[in-house]
Amino acid sequence: MSASGEAGGDGGQVSPMLESCNDTGGPGSGEVVLALRHAAKSFGAVQALIDGSIELRAGEVHALLGENGAGKSTLVKILAGVHQPDSGTLTVAGREVTLHGPAAARGAGIAVIYQEPTLFPDLTVAENMFIGRQPLRTGRRIDTQAMRAEAAEIFKRLGVPLDPGRIARGLSIADQQVVEIGKALSLDARVIVMDEPTAALSASEVARLFDVVRTLRAQGAAILFISHRLEEIFAICQRVTVMRDGRHVLTEDLDGLTADDLVRAMVGRDLEKRSRGDQAAPGETVLDIARLTREGVFIDISLSVRAGEIVALAGLVGSGRSEVARAVFGIDRYDAGGVKVRGKPLRKASPTGAMAAGVGFVPEDRRQQGLVMDMSVQQNVALASLGRLRQAGFIRASSEHALAADWATRLAIKYGRLTDPVSMLSGGNQQKVVLAKWLSRKPTVLIVDEPTRGIDIATKAEVHHLLLQLARDGVGILMISSELPEVLLVSDRVLVMREGRLAAEFTRAEATEERIIAAATGQTIGQSAGPTTVQPAGPTAGQPADQTAVQRSGQ
Amino acid sequence: MTAAVLHREPPKAPVDNSSGLAERVFRIRESGIVVVLVLFVAVTAGLQHRFLSATNVQFVLVNTVIFALLALGETMVVVSRNVDLSVGSVLGMSAYLSANLFGSHPSIPIPVVFLVGLGIGLGWGMLNGLLVSVGRVPSLVVTLASLYIIRGIDILIVGGNMVTANTLPTSFTDIPKDTVLGIPYVAIVVAAVVAVGAYYLRSYRSGRDLYAIGSNPDAARLAGIPIGRRVFMSFAVSGAIAGVAGVLWAAQYGTVDSTAGTGYELTVVTAVVVGGVAIFGGSGSAVGAALGALLLATINSALYVLGISSFWDQAIAGFLLIFAITLDRIISVRLTAALRLRSARRAA
Repeated sequence: MSASGEAGGDGGQVSPMLESCNDTGGPGSGEVVLALRHAAKSFGAVQALIDGSIELRAGEVHALLGENGAGKSTLVKILAGVHQPDSGTLTVAGREVTLHGPAAARGAGIAVIYQEPTLFPDLTVAENMFIGRQPLRTGRRIDTQAMRAEAAEIFKRLGVPLDPGRIARGLSIADQQVVEIGKALSLDARVIVMDEPTAALSASEVARLFDVVRTLRAQGAAILFISHRLEEIFAICQRVTVMRDGRHVLTEDLDGLTADDLVRAMVGRDLEKRSRGDQAAPGETVLDIARLTREGVFIDISLSVRAGEIVALAGLVGSGRSEVARAVFGIDRYDAGGVKVRGKPLRKASPTGAMAAGVGFVPEDRRQQGLVMDMSVQQNVALASLGRLRQAGFIRASSEHALAADWATRLAIKYGRLTDPVSMLSGGNQQKVVLAKWLSRKPTVLIVDEPTRGIDIATKAEVHHLLLQLARDGVGILMISSELPEVLLVSDRVLVMREGRLAAEFTRAEATEERIIAAATGQTIGQSAGPTTVQPAGPTAGQPADQTAVQRSGQ
Repeated sequence: MTAAVLHREPPKAPVDNSSGLAERVFRIRESGIVVVLVLFVAVTAGLQHRFLSATNVQFVLVNTVIFALLALGETMVVVSRNVDLSVGSVLGMSAYLSANLFGSHPSIPIPVVFLVGLGIGLGWGMLNGLLVSVGRVPSLVVTLASLYIIRGIDILIVGGNMVTANTLPTSFTDIPKDTVLGIPYVAIVVAAVVAVGAYYLRSYRSGRDLYAIGSNPDAARLAGIPIGRRVFMSFAVSGAIAGVAGVLWAAQYGTVDSTAGTGYELTVVTAVVVGGVAIFGGSGSAVGAALGALLLATINSALYVLGISSFWDQAIAGFLLIFAITLDRIISVRLTAALRLRSARRAA
């Protein structure tokens, strides 16, 4: 992790310096608890933040919006004390402060909940919350009892049944976030920054998170809420700050703003609405999955994708969608069933075989699975095409470069140099690199898992456009997505999974958000028409049967 | 991990008992070593009664002492996802230089000799720690280099000389021989030191920080843990302990040349891992590591007593290592699965 600038860089500032700052407390809103004004930060030649400003009031949920690369993350890291701004002022509770590190930020009452929770898997939940400031008893020894009791008290306040004494390994992302929120509460944080907390949550988990956020707000906390999902922002936030290209663009009450206003502010122009357009009639079946089963994970999955068709696999997080994709691509084994590509059976558990048969796989977690973060942009693009680029056993950097340059232009990837490590790109551009990696192989079948997670709106639209373009060129696409607007926009057919089984199938005309949610959660809505084949999902082995549908038909 | 977990409902009185599960597994992990140890002792004693004689038990314990001490320092380093390979060389240099003091200053008090050994070890440990925490060089590389460098300097200093037992005062060479109720005095002292070390790692903030650093270094940075200072301290302590162990080594063997302690680093790492300390950090205890050292020393002695070639000693240590790592892996996977299942069940 680059600790660049962690030590110095903010020399001239004296902290703390008193300064009255209750200048902007509007009527009916809480006092300003935190104000960052005109902050700038650069890393080497890259200006990540040029003029960042944010002002948070007690008892408000404040949205921070901006495309990837707009400087949100840098701003968050400044508030977290991870980065020190090159210039600008930070005022917390009326005092100008300089945060020399994460501990200083905590001391100032700022807690940051990152998109990917940063827990210690081997330590207990309570210890995760109190690390570095565990309650002590005589002799400066840690008072484990008191620590657990305090943690239990906080979970009770949040209404969450978590055991403080269990180790954090194995907690779901939602529970991990609860631990982080509990940590913030235990700090008596007046400012809680949530960096895309909903990115990996299912709809009902988001609902619980919002309950918690409302509780926090009612208790007078100021919450900075970052999300790419505008509907969430309208649901939970009162004010919004929009950033673009490292600069503050606007701060306003959300009342009276529309989603279009926000998008315009973020993108700096009107986003052209790309209608889906008519697709060519799908061709022959390119991917045929027959009765695929992996015990305890997914059962009896049969589906097919035809050339030029985009099939969406919807469902809750944890319903087994990604696992099916992994099994098809040969990363995981499966116990029964089979996969055919263009009529030829695919070898089990062999990604090489799948690749040779023309299958491409854009995984869910691009940082961990899709990219080699330390390798250059061009090396990442070329990674799946090494066989083709090889000359007498050697890979020439020049041929890598040519390949990557070609695809970078085609996908409009924004980069400094192709030899820069891919970790320097923004999330959206990283995802484009993953796509380029597979597209350069000219796949027959492309499996994409959450292709636009954590990607800004403009790039998202580009990725959608790209997927549609690929389908038009005859690629069969299987897309896993938790974002229903995306599913509805892009796909020709929608398959819904629930608890490891296929629960429903909708054609493009039949699919609506309500129907998909109903099928994914197992709730029955009004007997809507349509030839949907809703198979009741039985309890999956190893998983609890919750409110399983009443009907139960033999498969 | 689905819907129901999200409803706001007050936690039921007994929330779930997964903490019990985790703790149980870790307890079992340490008692597992004890079981293997007891089995080994029982079988060997059955075959050869001499094995349980007072002299042999003392011999095993004294042998364990040095490795258990080294294992304590190594545990502190390994739980924070580092490794210290220089302990064998540090021990060797400390053993020679401290024992040599008796030749040059015959009247030197023994505690001073121990302090000199500690100082030598501390110096090297601090150097390792600086390179790892400030220089950001991976500890494997740093300590592999210092393993050779320290040994090289040791050879330059020692040359063809050696310290022989007759230059050492008997009060010094008797240290490993003194017993209380048949148990070597040093074994008791070292057991106490290990207990204190284990307690420190478990119950003090800076000790827990080491586990946190090993469990998730990025998270540790974000949590504001002073990683550099903690890692530096762990290497300094490991070095200091190796220095003290060197003095003990000299007292026990009497004859010290430039090869003292060669290869000890691997035995120590083996003991630590066999003792249940995760090689990638985050979990394990100093007590487990000391038990691992005891197990290795017992096996070593058992083979000797049974007249089996010492080749088997190393082979068995190797098997144990693979067994321990496999076991840890299985436990980890099972534990994760079990905890996940419990979360899911609780959610339902």
